[in-house]
Amino acid sequence: MQYFVQQLINGLTLGSIYGLIAIGYTMVYGIIGMINFAHGDIFMVGAFTALIVFLALGALFYSVPVVLALLIMMIVAMLLTSLYNWTIEKVAYRPLRGSFRLAPLITAIGMSIALSNFVQVTQGPRNKPIPPMVSQVYNINGISVSLKQIIIVVVTALLLALFWYLVNKTSLGRAQRACEQDRKMAALLGIDVDRTISITFIMGAALAAVAGTLFLMYYGVIAFSDGFTPGVKAFTAAVLGGIGSLPGAVVGGLMIGFIESMWSAYFSIDYKDVAAFSILAIVLIFLPSGILGRPEVEKV
Amino acid sequence: MAVTVSPERDTVATPMQRALREALYAAAISFGLFVLFIGLKTGQNISNELVLTTRWGLLAAVVIATAVGRFLYVAYGQPFLANQKITDVATGLLPASVASRFFQLPAFIVALVAAVVLFAVNSSLVGWVGAEPAGYLQFLRALSVIYVLACVIYYFRGFIHANFTKLGIAALILYPILVVAILSLMSWSFVGGLQGSLKWVDNFGIQILIYVMLAWGLNIVVGLAGLLDLGYVAFYAVGAYAYALLGTQYGLSFWILLPAAGAMAAFWGVLLGFPVLRLRGDYLAIVTLAFGEIIRLVLINWREVTNGSAGISGIPKVTFFGLMTFNVSDPNYVAKVLHLATSSAYYKIFLYYLILALALLTAFVTIRLRRMPVGRAWEALREDEIACRSLGINTTTTKLTAFATGAMFGGFAGAFFAARQGFVSPESFVFLESAIILAIVVLGGMGSLVGIAVAAMVMIGGTEALRELDFLKQVFGPDFTPELYRMLLFGMAMVIVMLWKPRGFVGSREPTAFLKERKAVSSSFTKEGHG
Repeated sequence: MQYFVQQLINGLTLGSIYGLIAIGYTMVYGIIGMINFAHGDIFMVGAFTALIVFLALGALFYSVPVVLALLIMMIVAMLLTSLYNWTIEKVAYRPLRGSFRLAPLITAIGMSIALSNFVQVTQGPRNKPIPPMVSQVYNINGISVSLKQIIIVVVTALLLALFWYLVNKTSLGRAQRACEQDRKMAALLGIDVDRTISITFIMGAALAAVAGTLFLMYYGVIAFSDGFTPGVKAFTAAVLGGIGSLPGAVVGGLMIGFIESMWSAYFSIDYKDVAAFSILAIVLIFLPSGILGRPEVEKV
Repeated sequence: MAVTVSPERDTVATPMQRALREALYAAAISFGLFVLFIGLKTGQNISNELVLTTRWGLLAAVVIATAVGRFLYVAYGQPFLANQKITDVATGLLPASVASRFFQLPAFIVALVAAVVLFAVNSSLVGWVGAEPAGYLQFLRALSVIYVLACVIYYFRGFIHANFTKLGIAALILYPILVVAILSLMSWSFVGGLQGSLKWVDNFGIQILIYVMLAWGLNIVVGLAGLLDLGYVAFYAVGAYAYALLGTQYGLSFWILLPAAGAMAAFWGVLLGFPVLRLRGDYLAIVTLAFGEIIRLVLINWREVTNGSAGISGIPKVTFFGLMTFNVSDPNYVAKVLHLATSSAYYKIFLYYLILALALLTAFVTIRLRRMPVGRAWEALREDEIACRSLGINTTTTKLTAFATGAMFGGFAGAFFAARQGFVSPESFVFLESAIILAIVVLGGMGSLVGIAVAAMVMIGGTEALRELDFLKQVFGPDFTPELYRMLLFGMAMVIVMLWKPRGFVGSREPTAFLKERKAVSSSFTKEGHG
């Protein structure tokens, strides 16, 4: 039982990170119907920004309180990563809006290749390890919970609450939901669709940047190629939860996190990703539009 | 790059002011983007800790370059392009007016003379002007050769356009012979020519043709049937491992295993097809992606069979249909049988023709299938699935055959790949490969075989050509490695080509069934399928 709860906690931590990234996928998909393949690399850029800020803080000041350092890392990462996603949307996706469906998909893949190689060229191909920032571990009834995990879950919960408020209670969120339902009608009703889409990309990138910062804090290492695997898994999570549905992204993220930690705990760690992908395929056979997704009604 | 400027400000600002403002914005954005990534560099110090070094000079250069570039584009580039459009409309030479100004006889003669002279004095160049200018001159030579070739193509464009397929196939068949002939003439020896041809035949010819074949295979799934497949590389991997494992373990010949690899890949195609048939569009895409990843992860982790990430080496070479081999030690080594000088180039040239034959087989099958009921059903499925179903087409079998046929050609290409490399490892079958193949299909114009071949040539040939930029080392110092920038430029090229031609190189479609005469269908009327 203790072992199980332990794995549950590990899965929750992982799932929180996946969920944060998955929201970016699902929001963009919901609003313009494209798979933003560069999102995994946006997450990596966020983690790298946090790394550089961490090193800069270390170089500039003698010592910075951990909480303050994390906060600064997160905020700078959110700002700069949003700028990246905003620029990418403007340069690579906007001109192709209204073009055929695969065109923005290909530019997204191109941007993903370009981003990871840009980081490789400018920062070098090696793994970048940082000294552990937070190392406290609490022991409750034989279950060890590290402070890192608590921070991840708490930050994710706070952000999700904020995000839920933004989408459901503000005029911006209303504009977003309107664009998601019918872009043309929303434009006719005076919503600046371009601006709304830009803000969607910015919000997605900000969440991915937070996920990147938390990932860096949790694992203590990042490399230019680290965007792909979490990106694909977060995308899997988004599809599993039903792409386009925001609670679905969180549910899917948590599910992928649980599957992964349970599989590596009880079966084999080598095949944890295989398990996650297989379960995706199986779930989609029975629920073709994901767990919380609305089934697509086709009109002729 | 579409930038929306609010109209009321647009009317007030003069073009110059607008350009300046845009330049300032561009500078601010590029500063924001690059301040951490170019301005600072993470590196390891002696005790293996990460430290930051600053590169403010480089950052300033990049920011200023962005601003100047943006300024020039807005101030001069945009008006020029707008004018160009007006001229084009006025002269009726729509896209040709720039080209006709660019390709002119005097420039052609100058380039031709420059190329010939530089080729003639090539060997003594370094002695005359030193290593560094010689590098530039060689670059200049390459540019003038390209320009001359482009001029010739431009001059004969009507003829080339009319006979593109025949000319293309003839050029592909003659390519290794021409390469060997030209290089033999340049070095005055046949062996030297053979040795020199290795790079051109292997790195360019075979490499490009593998991607052409893969893209043509994927084209059946994506271009004809309209099913978005992001895991095509899985079938390539199945084919490669089928040949690698059966070839090394049981010593079976390539000619037996080639169909076996194709069959196995097709079997996996059906296996994947079954569960995902109910899925549509992007759900299908993610499951195929997941499938590709599963195959790769199994290849990495099933160490007893696949030898994990270390891969399988010592894969037997292809024989000349069992009559001659390409191993120097064998009694029936091709050079011994035919009394030629020993060279590794024969194998490469043989492989070149083999992959050419396989690729042409793919094209031939695609063209023939399009005329058959199943091919027409694929295209109907792509255009409208509901209409398809109501007309009584069995969408399940149609999709399955598309998956299986596409996978089979992927398997053929995989077996060839294993034979060519002599070594396979899961590293070769990452998602990036699927993405590149898909990008080639889309850039080529989805469904157009010629367009896809051109796209493969541009994208793969271009990235291979970037390996040849060693002279840049003389410009930026020995630490500069142009290799690193290859994939960066590849990704950016994907974006730029897509923005420039969102419908791909050949956007129009040739109808398979037609009344009275065959007319190309404009790209604006074609659909791309929904999965």
